[in-house]
Amino acid sequence: MIQLLVFLPLAAALIAGLGNRMLGDGVAKSVTTAALFVSAGLAWVVFTQAGLGHAAGYTLPVLDWIDSGDLHVAWAFKIDALTSVMLVVITTVSALVHLYSWGYMAEDPDQPRFFAYLSLFTFAMLMLVTADNLVQMFFGWEGVGLASYLLIGFWYYKPSANAAAIKAFVVNRVGDFGFSLGIFGTFLVFKSVKLDVILAAAAGMKGATFSFLGAPVDVMTCLCLLLFVGAMGKSAQLGLHTWLPDAMEGPTPVSALIHAATMVTAGVFMTCRLSPMFETSATALTVVTYVGAATALFAATVACVQTDIKRVIAYSTCSQLGYMFFAAGSGAYGAAMFHLFTHAFFKALLFLGAGAVIHSMHHEQDMRFYGALRKSLPLTFAAMTIGTLSLTGFFFTSGYYSKDAILEAAFARGTEAGYVAFAIGAFVALLTSFYSWRLAFLTFFGNPRWAGSEHIAHAAHGNGDDHDTESTNDSVGLEHDHAPVASQVPTGTGGYHPHESPWTMLVPLAVLSIGALFAGFVFHDAFLSPEGGAAFWRGSAVFDAHLATATEALPAWVVWTPAVAFFAGLGLAAQYYLRDTEAPARFVKAFGGLYAFLVHKWYFDELYGLVFVRGALFFGRLFWQRGDQGLIDRFGPDGVAGAVAGSAAVAKRFQSGYVYSYALMMLIGVAAAATWFVPRVFE
Amino acid sequence: MIGLGHYLAVGAILFVLGVLGIIVNRKNVIIILMSIELILLAVNINLVAFSSFAHDLVGQVFAMFVLTVAAGEAAIGLAILVVYNRNRGTIAVDDINQMKG
Repeated sequence: MIQLLVFLPLAAALIAGLGNRMLGDGVAKSVTTAALFVSAGLAWVVFTQAGLGHAAGYTLPVLDWIDSGDLHVAWAFKIDALTSVMLVVITTVSALVHLYSWGYMAEDPDQPRFFAYLSLFTFAMLMLVTADNLVQMFFGWEGVGLASYLLIGFWYYKPSANAAAIKAFVVNRVGDFGFSLGIFGTFLVFKSVKLDVILAAAAGMKGATFSFLGAPVDVMTCLCLLLFVGAMGKSAQLGLHTWLPDAMEGPTPVSALIHAATMVTAGVFMTCRLSPMFETSATALTVVTYVGAATALFAATVACVQTDIKRVIAYSTCSQLGYMFFAAGSGAYGAAMFHLFTHAFFKALLFLGAGAVIHSMHHEQDMRFYGALRKSLPLTFAAMTIGTLSLTGFFFTSGYYSKDAILEAAFARGTEAGYVAFAIGAFVALLTSFYSWRLAFLTFFGNPRWAGSEHIAHAAHGNGDDHDTESTNDSVGLEHDHAPVASQVPTGTGGYHPHESPWTMLVPLAVLSIGALFAGFVFHDAFLSPEGGAAFWRGSAVFDAHLATATEALPAWVVWTPAVAFFAGLGLAAQYYLRDTEAPARFVKAFGGLYAFLVHKWYFDELYGLVFVRGALFFGRLFWQRGDQGLIDRFGPDGVAGAVAGSAAVAKRFQSGYVYSYALMMLIGVAAAATWFVPRVFE
Repeated sequence: MIGLGHYLAVGAILFVLGVLGIIVNRKNVIIILMSIELILLAVNINLVAFSSFAHDLVGQVFAMFVLTVAAGEAAIGLAILVVYNRNRGTIAVDDINQMKG
């Protein structure tokens, strides 16, 4: 069953990818989507057995892979509660995204390739989460990186998409370097890469040190930090986050699947999977907490000033990943995984909803050109509202349970890092509420501002002759007539009439809406409560029952903080983007420096550009022009070739083509030979 | 008394004339052929002179062979010239430079 679950997406990817144009769009779409729905069904079965059913975790060997000296690596599936949670998240979101892509990618000429990549990604992600050893996990880790690269650069004719794809790949290399060093080190210390062996032996290595440059270094801290660098790269934590916003160049379903629900959570999963290792090093946990909190704060502040709808959600993802990490750093791995689980639903929902809006608005992604869409896109509006409520943690939605659990766990941890994380997390909850509602208000409320958009002008008029006050005439013959508002607004609709998306796109939204509303309520007891959690996780991730108990006995103000943050953010957003729409401009004028700092994303890209890109270019030029061209080419290939050509030009003169000169040469040769030999013959 | 040295001197003079005929001549391939004959004759004179000097008939026999070979060489050379003239319409030495590099 597990084999079927994991390998069906691979088989579908091969069929769709290799068959490509030969089989056509329909076959590729049907095969991959059907495979994913079967996988998703199986995943829920596994989840009910290995997760909720309290069956014992087990390992399913498939093949031997590497067997050399002490190194034994096998392909094997490790199935336990932690894995089953990930299986459900991955296959469910992936199946829905496949279905959604039927509608979203309907006009794309390269659909088989797209679906093949999506399924390939799903396979790699499944390999990652089912790995029973670090090497197989690394295989999946790189596999999802590859699929991410391919999908970000799916529209390969767009230079920006290619640049974003390369950036994602290169930045991830940095993280992967740390991860691979971590794997090497783990093997060195534990003489095995099998997770069961490592995790069982981890506690025994606590406090062990090795000498590095004469200074004693804690072994487990070093290993955990190296592995965490890998997690930072994949999960876009502060420092290695720069690729995630750019990854929005890919098609929106890809953003929903890879850059919100699954791949970017691989780092969180890895931290939870290796939680017994992290538990041995207080330093590593503190670092994880601070990095997570810093990322949450950074991304949330930047999200407040972005205007591209997908980038807002991308930064939001980055910020929520920060939440998960400081939950893990606080020892609340259950809360981290729970937030991962609920986040997958509501963030995929938000991305797919954003995709539906973009689809309806003719690929316009700038929220400044939206407005008033709730009347044209009522179903999308409903779905996005549910997603936003859940993300911002409205009562009894999924996000309410998971976010509260994280903040409470951070506070209950009782360490300095925990209190800092709690304070930052509460503030970030306010920012989250603000930017999420800002997105919703800009997109769905107010007056339509569509006329300003070039995309929409093209869509409405074919040749783009732009009338700002276009109002009623165009609606004749169109099935939906939402025009009346247009006549009384200053900015206008540009004569454009957005349509609700096809059912293939709305069904995934509906399903995810259900998840976003109820996943938290249904599962919070199993994931989080002191008794339920211990019974659910059963050692697959460390579950600190004391911490879980402590979270239930916190002061009231701690419990109510997230709710206050929610309403404060909502109120701010409503004030700025519904009532007083001039206020943001005033704010920018008043705090120009702060605004520029945020718009430039804390100047990370500029800093990296200056230090790494310029540095690499400088060294590249040096080695290219001075080293390669100036030294190696000059004296190597070019030098030899020049010498040959020069001597050939001289030698060419001898070959005059006249018989008599050849005769002379022969004569001289004979004379020389005779002069040489004759005296010796007669000696 | 005419001795070996005189014969060798004549042979050497003929040889040098032949060589110069080949190298300096820029006009006619037939002259080159004749120059080669001259060189062969110079060699013959040397052979005969040494044969007489050493009282060894082998040298004179060898001279007869050289004459035969020279006749054959002249015949083949002239035949090539005729064909060449037919193909290219000239036997001027300066025009025969297709082997030029």
